[in-house]
Amino acid sequence: MRVFGRFMGQVYMFTESCVMAIENIMQNRLRSFLTVLGIMIGVTAVISLITTISAVSSSISSSFTSMGAGTMTLTTTGNDLKDGLDEADMKRIVALEHIRGLSPSVTISCTVARGNTNETNINAQGTNATYFDVHEDMVKSGRTINRIDTDNMSRVCLINKDIVESFFYGVSPIGKTIYLNRIQFTVIGIYESDTSIASLLSGSAKILIPYTTALKMNNASLVSSATLYLDSASASADVQPALEELLDEIFSYEEETYKITTMDSIEETMKTMMSMMSALLGGIASIALVVGGIGIMNMMLTSVTERTVEIGLKKAIGAEPGQIQMQFLIESFLLSMIGGLCGVILGLILSAVMCNLMGTNFVISYGAIVLGVGFSAAVGIIFGWSPARKASRLSPIDALRRM
Amino acid sequence: MQNGTGTAASLKDCFFRMTDIVKQYPLGEEYVTILRGISLEIEEGEFLSVLGPSGSGKSTLMNIIGCLDLPTSGEYILKGNVVLDLTEKELSHIRSKEIGFIFQNSQLLQRMDAMKNVELPLIYAGVRPGERHARAEEMLCKVGLEDRMHHMPNQLSGGQQQRVAIARALVTRPSLLLADEPTGALDQATGHQIMDLFHALNQEGHTIIMITHDVNIARNARRVVNIIDGVMTEAEGEVTFA
Repeated sequence: MRVFGRFMGQVYMFTESCVMAIENIMQNRLRSFLTVLGIMIGVTAVISLITTISAVSSSISSSFTSMGAGTMTLTTTGNDLKDGLDEADMKRIVALEHIRGLSPSVTISCTVARGNTNETNINAQGTNATYFDVHEDMVKSGRTINRIDTDNMSRVCLINKDIVESFFYGVSPIGKTIYLNRIQFTVIGIYESDTSIASLLSGSAKILIPYTTALKMNNASLVSSATLYLDSASASADVQPALEELLDEIFSYEEETYKITTMDSIEETMKTMMSMMSALLGGIASIALVVGGIGIMNMMLTSVTERTVEIGLKKAIGAEPGQIQMQFLIESFLLSMIGGLCGVILGLILSAVMCNLMGTNFVISYGAIVLGVGFSAAVGIIFGWSPARKASRLSPIDALRRM
Repeated sequence: MQNGTGTAASLKDCFFRMTDIVKQYPLGEEYVTILRGISLEIEEGEFLSVLGPSGSGKSTLMNIIGCLDLPTSGEYILKGNVVLDLTEKELSHIRSKEIGFIFQNSQLLQRMDAMKNVELPLIYAGVRPGERHARAEEMLCKVGLEDRMHHMPNQLSGGQQQRVAIARALVTRPSLLLADEPTGALDQATGHQIMDLFHALNQEGHTIIMITHDVNIARNARRVVNIIDGVMTEAEGEVTFA
């Protein structure tokens, strides 16, 4: 009963301390606001950075899964005798289990000309019919590159919107001619790159042509880069050993002749980079929190000096040193928490705006909120500790002498 | 210990006893002796004035009586507590339970109303809110401020503020009221009113120690002791500075 009574006494004391702390904060509204500002800015920075980065990385990984699942990229450097894949090699690869198809990728940089317009350094990519089988809805009008085109090294091309805008303003491009490296091509279709990230990875090609044609323009006969399409998203692990076996055989078991990249591994790398970036930026932003903490400490020290008489009086009428310390600690904790909560709200608003601008989905990161609130609570206690201790150690005699 | 601490029973019965209290403060390399062996015994229900000029050591004596400071040597027993070698926390408990302070210029917290100021000692004593209000209200009525309970200190006159301070000192039901120049900041008429209140409280059985430099105020007490240069003498008959 006595223990309970003492406990309740502590509770009453604690609630009164909170009330007094709030009154003190309200008493010096401007000063409290300025002090809180530091913490607020710090938490805002931490929250908005982390939330934005996690939104971006989750949007990246979701677009990875939407386009990248079930594909593998193969790059070959080959050996001295053979620096790439020929037609027969590609047929053998497609014959492997779980592999649905293969599209070679031959990149050429070319000068595009039509009439009086010409542009240099435009990337064109050589590909095959399989590519369009997989990316069905890519072609907006006209037809795709088919087997006949690749077999005959046809001089046909599909162009994207950029090329349409610069070379075919106001006319329908289909059936018209265009010159790539002074070779005449017929435009057979218009395509649209599916997502920004896909075009990023495929090297922002603005023109698609049959790969055989591309190889000829490069004076090459072997393909050094290809995308493999698997029959299911999870098949890459099953395919890899068989594929490696075959490639080893093709390149006479020499070392480092090819490289297989799965989307999983790219995604993994991306995720690691993103989390490193968020840790780094979060670390920089938390410097603002420390500065904010110093601001709080400064204000609390001033406050202790200002309230010396009050502290002395409270001690004289029976306040324990611990109770005085608790009261100041509550004050700095509350100050810091006010800043922290405002920062969380501001940070979420800011990151929602940023996500909106970047066109990614805004996802509230609860981890970031917990981090922001936790951090500000910690700052309040850590930086409030020493002023509170100073207050609790003030001698009541010295304090009252100043009356 | 040459003065002896007495048996446990006599300790418990002892209300207020100071024996050979010495207080020294360090000043540079040397020590200044402020109190030179003060002995004082007080019965419960007494009204005592400690009269002395400034610099006589009476403030230091008040600090020791009020458990704000500890003596360098000597024995001090208050309500059975031996006040020696106590921690700050233990001292604060004695202050909370046994002593009611009344300062020269009342020292109310300006941003709290009269009621809250009176409640303050009870907050630190951990009394629950309902009882706190009731006791604070009772004390404010007792000092004649029933119609000023929710006034802020700056809306009260000096005398009223001092009454609030007295109510605050009484609210913990202390064994000892310790007043430091309670009328120092008041005009003569208001000072008299405060003294009348002290008399009334003493009649009710409150023990009061009043520290003052004013002979006329000191005369209000039933017993007066002089303190000069850290030495205490019991005043006989006419009270003067000698």
